[in-house]
Amino acid sequence: MPEGDAVTGATIELDELTKRYGHSAQPAVDGVSMEIAAGETVILVGPSGCGKSTCLRMINRLIEPTSGRILINGEDVTGIDPVKLRRRIGYAIQSSGLFPHMTVAENIAQVPKMLGWSKSTVRDRVEQMLDLVGLDPREFHGRYPRQLSGGQQQRVGVARALAADPPVLLMDEPFGAVDPITRDHLQDELIRLQHELHKTIVFVTHDFDEAIKLGDRIAVLREQSHIAQFDTPEAILTNPADDFVSGFVGAGAALKRLNLTRVRDVGVVDVPTAAMDDPRETVVDRLREGTSNELLLLDRRGRPYKWLRTGDLALAKGSLARAGTPVTGHVSRDATLRDALEAVLTDSAGRVPVTGRRGEYVGVVDMETLMNSVHELLEADRMAAIEHRHDLEEMRAHHTQEQLEAGFGEGGR
Amino acid sequence: MSFWDFVGSRRQQLLMDTYQHASAVFQCMVVAAVIGIGIGMLTYRNERAGRLAIATTVTIMTIPSYALLGLLIPALGLGVPPTVTALVLYALLPIVRNAIVGLRGVDPSLVDAARGIGMSRAAQIARVELPVAWPTILTGIRVATQMLMGIAAIAAFASGPGLGNEIFAGISSLGSANSLNQVLAGTLGIVVLALLFDAALVLIGRLTTSRGIRA
Repeated sequence: MPEGDAVTGATIELDELTKRYGHSAQPAVDGVSMEIAAGETVILVGPSGCGKSTCLRMINRLIEPTSGRILINGEDVTGIDPVKLRRRIGYAIQSSGLFPHMTVAENIAQVPKMLGWSKSTVRDRVEQMLDLVGLDPREFHGRYPRQLSGGQQQRVGVARALAADPPVLLMDEPFGAVDPITRDHLQDELIRLQHELHKTIVFVTHDFDEAIKLGDRIAVLREQSHIAQFDTPEAILTNPADDFVSGFVGAGAALKRLNLTRVRDVGVVDVPTAAMDDPRETVVDRLREGTSNELLLLDRRGRPYKWLRTGDLALAKGSLARAGTPVTGHVSRDATLRDALEAVLTDSAGRVPVTGRRGEYVGVVDMETLMNSVHELLEADRMAAIEHRHDLEEMRAHHTQEQLEAGFGEGGR
Repeated sequence: MSFWDFVGSRRQQLLMDTYQHASAVFQCMVVAAVIGIGIGMLTYRNERAGRLAIATTVTIMTIPSYALLGLLIPALGLGVPPTVTALVLYALLPIVRNAIVGLRGVDPSLVDAARGIGMSRAAQIARVELPVAWPTILTGIRVATQMLMGIAAIAAFASGPGLGNEIFAGISSLGSANSLNQVLAGTLGIVVLALLFDAALVLIGRLTTSRGIRA
């Protein structure tokens, strides 16, 4: 959930949304109900053919629902002019859907123009949008889509979707057609954008890792868009509702969970340290005092420099300059636990210094701390999930009771 | 009398015929383009309607031009009306076919994006589908123009305007002094006109096709 800046998104409520094609017995989407808070990023994820795209496309009525209602900010939009509705909803799709015969600027200007903005406002807005998605307006303004890389096209696609500042943004597998490295960049970019803008985003993907990375909440859909589980990434990873969800989460849920927590959120251990310029006696004393037989030597700016062991001291009779093994890997406090685990696994002694913003020493992670924190995390997630479910059940029971009472009341009349 | 002497002596008449030929082809092309693209736009979304439109225009193509003119004369009389009707009908096939092929060839994701950002149906066609299909449509117009150049000559049979009159007059007086020159002058005029029209259409193509989709 966003914090700080004002939320510019709108709430979305899907109420028993159903799509049936022709006279087929099985609806493509069967009675989906979902409440999405303003400024929230919700990911619809599921196997291909589960109707997740259909579900998304019903929100801006590219596909007309057979029955059910869509409410945006409390307003029922099921009956209003779909063309006008779509101008209020951003829409970004796979392979960007940029118009090849228009320049980047013309592409971005489409919706503001249709909304009747003045020429100068549109021009300013286009520059602003290009800036927002990290493309230099002077360089990209007059280019045609075919002169852009896949990643750049996708950025322009997002800029076009956001040009008229819609409260809601629908994204249909927008990063599905780009290479993994670019996709990673675009995902980071979207997270950054969303941190600034706080739109309500509904995002469709079949990639569960993408869902975990981007979503405030994830709706795992099975066939006919039945919601198997609709919850935070943490809850889905640690407490999948059923076999379908755990199958979809796939192997390595615990590993994926590591992506959601950063090193700064877990405890790091302290090891004895010494500065490079400290006299030999001090270093020896520190090593003796410490519980471990290791000491981390820091350079003049407080950055991890070398590991010193008791044995190294004995070998290096004279100065300490040559003794010890240089520090090869380190992780920043902002790294995910997965990165930390990676570093610990590759380190020959199984421990890695953690560094702060300027690379200064903060602490050390090793296998033991990692394992402890992961266990704590999983346990906490599990407790939260159980509590959450309990609350839900209580609410439902309460609801049923009320209904029953109301029913009796009517019957008595 | 050599060919060039002949052309010199009949300059006035030849220029008049050339002008009328060009004018007839040009005007029929404009009418056929409007009708053809219109038919294309109405039928490309429907598999059967599209096939019907192409089949109909193909059928018209298979009617020999003599026969078509012959059939039109009783209904429309002689001169301009049967000529224009015949030329427009013949021009339809390449234009309709290329319009349908071109519009169907537009990437569906573009149409989806156009709808998704809130374009009305008319705006989708005018601002996205037609501009993207335009190079293909223009190719159809070029082919049709080349065809019309030749067919327009036969319109002289229905007392229509144009260089066909020279050719017909020459053929009907074959053996006399200038008959061959007359046929030659008419034919050459048509070839030159065809080349000029084609060059003009290529230029129009360059000017009206966005740099973003130019080959």
